[in-house]
Amino acid sequence: LSSSSLDLLLIELVPLAKRMAEQLATNDGPLEDEEKREAMFFRLEQLGYRVGQGLVERFSRERPRMVETLDVIKFICKDIWMIVFRKQIDNLKTNHRGVYVLTDNSFRPFSRMSVEAGGNAVLRAQPFLWFPCGIVRGALANMGVNASVQAETNDIPTAIFKIETTGAKAA
Amino acid sequence: MSSTKAARIGEEVWKTRIDKVNAELVTLTYGSIVAQLCKDYEGDYMEVNKQLDKMGYNIGLRLIEDFLAKTNTGRCINFRDTAETISKIGFKVFLNITPTVTNWATDNKQFSLVFEENPLADFVELPDDGRAQNELWYSNILCGVLRGALEMVQMQVDAHFTSDVLRGNETTEMRVSLIRIIDDELPPGDD
Repeated sequence: LSSSSLDLLLIELVPLAKRMAEQLATNDGPLEDEEKREAMFFRLEQLGYRVGQGLVERFSRERPRMVETLDVIKFICKDIWMIVFRKQIDNLKTNHRGVYVLTDNSFRPFSRMSVEAGGNAVLRAQPFLWFPCGIVRGALANMGVNASVQAETNDIPTAIFKIETTGAKAA
Repeated sequence: MSSTKAARIGEEVWKTRIDKVNAELVTLTYGSIVAQLCKDYEGDYMEVNKQLDKMGYNIGLRLIEDFLAKTNTGRCINFRDTAETISKIGFKVFLNITPTVTNWATDNKQFSLVFEENPLADFVELPDDGRAQNELWYSNILCGVLRGALEMVQMQVDAHFTSDVLRGNETTEMRVSLIRIIDDELPPGDD
């Protein structure tokens, strides 16, 4: 399919989540900004999580089972990233104690964003990272790695994902 | 523009100017969105349809620019022309499908698009709660997209599905009706 279809769909995810968060919230009184962000984050992350799980089911079938956590992470950096963002992760660092930092120097969803000087571009771009966070977490979970995933951006179009694995890999 | 010419343009643009992406990814993503909506609105499928349509509408507003830039199509001379362009070029370029244009109303202002395949709905089963089958239009986002995109080229249309194989119908069919041509002077209304 055309990549534009996906891009456009993803762009629209964030406003959708926002609308829903607002609409569903009005039932129990107006929300504080912080809570609203929270609710949006939760929705987008959940969406990503499902997609991540689905992706792994489809695309890891023909591969040998990955035993080491590092193999799993590499699979995400290469294969999953390729499918979702049409490129591989540029840099992978780990402290060998369960923390992995993935850097993407030209994160696809940011490629069409304009960055006005002095604008809150970084803050506004943040919500667009939540869905990918979910994808990563979902993908990891389906390969038996429990982790928390956080993402940040300081300089568009660079995006940094930090994965902290929790607990041992399930047998 | 004749139907074959439109088909040729669509084919060519699709082959040469389109970045491709894995179809299953889009299917999965869309599926997740619908599933999440169904859950959040606790089975209020009318509301889900509405949200999907709205989302599509917003997408359509942006999509038309991408479409015009990639395809270089000129102004359509009549609504029949528009229909061919939507089916043979629009759907081809974005979703790699060409729904059949059929069932024209006698005044040439209504037609149907019949989808033989629908990448959004691959491997989909509707919730088995006895209501989704009758109330949910799974691919409703497409109606919104058409509405949004056509509004940007001065056509106000109504688009809705009249049948869907997911509901057990024979075909998946969308009815598109032209409401009016928007005058140039009027600024596009924001929904």
